[in-house]
Amino acid sequence: MAGFDVEAVRKDFPVLSREVHGHPLVYLDSASSSQKPRQVLEAERIFVEEHYANVHRGVHTLSQEATDGYEAARSTVAAFLGVRHDEVVFTKNVTEAVNLVAYALGNPGSPVRLGPGDEIAVTEMEHHSNLVPWQMLAERTGATLRWLGITDEGRLDLSDLDQVVNERTKLFAFTQVSNLLGTENPVDVLVARAKQVGALTFVDGAQSVPHQAVDVPSLDVDFFAFTGHKMLAPSGVGVLWGRDLDALPPFMGGGSMIEVVQMSGSTYAAAPERFEAGTPVISQAVALAAACDYLTALGMDAIRDHETALTAQLLDGIRGLDGVSVLGPDTTERRGSAVSFVVDGVHPHDVGQSLDDLGIAVRVGHHCAAPVCRRFGVPATARASAYLYNNAADIDALLQGIVQVQAFWGVR
Amino acid sequence: MSSADTDTMYQEIILDHYRHPHHKGLRDPFDVEVHHVNPTCGDEVTLRVQVVDGLVTDVSYDGQGCSISQASTSVMTDLVIGKPLEQALSAHEAFLALMQSRGTLEPDEDVLEDGIAFAGVSKYPARVKCALLGWMAWKDATAQAVAQTKEAS
Repeated sequence: MAGFDVEAVRKDFPVLSREVHGHPLVYLDSASSSQKPRQVLEAERIFVEEHYANVHRGVHTLSQEATDGYEAARSTVAAFLGVRHDEVVFTKNVTEAVNLVAYALGNPGSPVRLGPGDEIAVTEMEHHSNLVPWQMLAERTGATLRWLGITDEGRLDLSDLDQVVNERTKLFAFTQVSNLLGTENPVDVLVARAKQVGALTFVDGAQSVPHQAVDVPSLDVDFFAFTGHKMLAPSGVGVLWGRDLDALPPFMGGGSMIEVVQMSGSTYAAAPERFEAGTPVISQAVALAAACDYLTALGMDAIRDHETALTAQLLDGIRGLDGVSVLGPDTTERRGSAVSFVVDGVHPHDVGQSLDDLGIAVRVGHHCAAPVCRRFGVPATARASAYLYNNAADIDALLQGIVQVQAFWGVR
Repeated sequence: MSSADTDTMYQEIILDHYRHPHHKGLRDPFDVEVHHVNPTCGDEVTLRVQVVDGLVTDVSYDGQGCSISQASTSVMTDLVIGKPLEQALSAHEAFLALMQSRGTLEPDEDVLEDGIAFAGVSKYPARVKCALLGWMAWKDATAQAVAQTKEAS
């Protein structure tokens, strides 16, 4: 991709110059959490050092400046997603965003009434954060949870989409990109079916928003969530977008989310404040906006092309190794950069430990998507996930590292 | 891997137990069977114990997991099978202390035998849970077995 200079990008990330166990750090765990560039850290530092106070509750200068900074951050995030300012709710992370909707839908005043006979649909590919809250909602209301399975190729099995998402389905929640398999799901197909039966849709964008341009209105969904820490921002800030948030009752009660409070009861503020009870994540939101600016300046399409090249290099490289297999799509077609792999004869924990010894950071375990592991009959996987700051040398180091792991464990 | 870091963890003794686990496979008779998992990584073990007159007469297990969890379970069976319960429990306590020491404790070979090989693992907090999986299952099953005996008597 012309114009994308990965070596210049790498200079913005101080941590990439450190060593681990005497080797240059090769950070391939960005699907878990990304590293942060100086520009984001600097934006947060300046805000805290020069403009910080609580927001939405003061007349003094700092209070106003902090409120302006916080709301400007909301506008930046809204523009990044192509949505309106007042449709963006700052949450702690995707987990809180899912729980927010799952609880609000069960609260009085919900636009949807869930009870026995009603259904909630998910997929077998979900991160626990987009699965367990729906299981809990089903348990609270007596509704039934159903799910779409996964094919051997790591795609959603759409053959029974019409059975899983049916006239009884009140809500269909699914991920845009799988954190474990890397699969990019056909949002248009899934949304079209949900609309046919009048079900609300909730899309988990945790693994898509950091890596590709996402124009949320064109997805035509009802709810969309992502998290900051996977896209260069600090942990502690995430986003829920909703098409019609004012129709949703509150999740958490407290300060800032109210209109009139009397001892006998209260009325609630309009969205987004209705869903931001208590002092929100202020400086983290400002940092998230700086992350959006950083990504926008580089260009999301350029970032995606860069990652696709790295993913192709990794998939091709693994294909050339005996005794190593990939779980999930084995080409770059409709897939993100997270690549889960299994080394025959070596447990993923041991793979990860041995790679760490070479300075290579990958994630091991079930990646908070245990049903996917179960589906493929493995207890866990190792997962390498590249981001905009990774280069071809990182992928080479991983591929060579896997060969060394096999040699150490005597499986080749 | 050739660096000293991994060598401290992947001692030859550990690799031997991993490749050739002792006492593996579920056996009868037994008093109690438990199933323990490590929720962060998915490792699991099914373990049976039999305690007769204060003696650990058998511990059998099946499971899947990393080298550390599998080798540790194998070493544990060597340390507790055929031992008086008191002695087996002190081995458990000694191993627990070693694992929580972050590499600062000098293990006693008389008490822990092959278990001393896990001293290096204690420097890796993320792997301590792996090393304790089988031990925790054994402790749980043994406590249940003892409670059953007390109820029966």
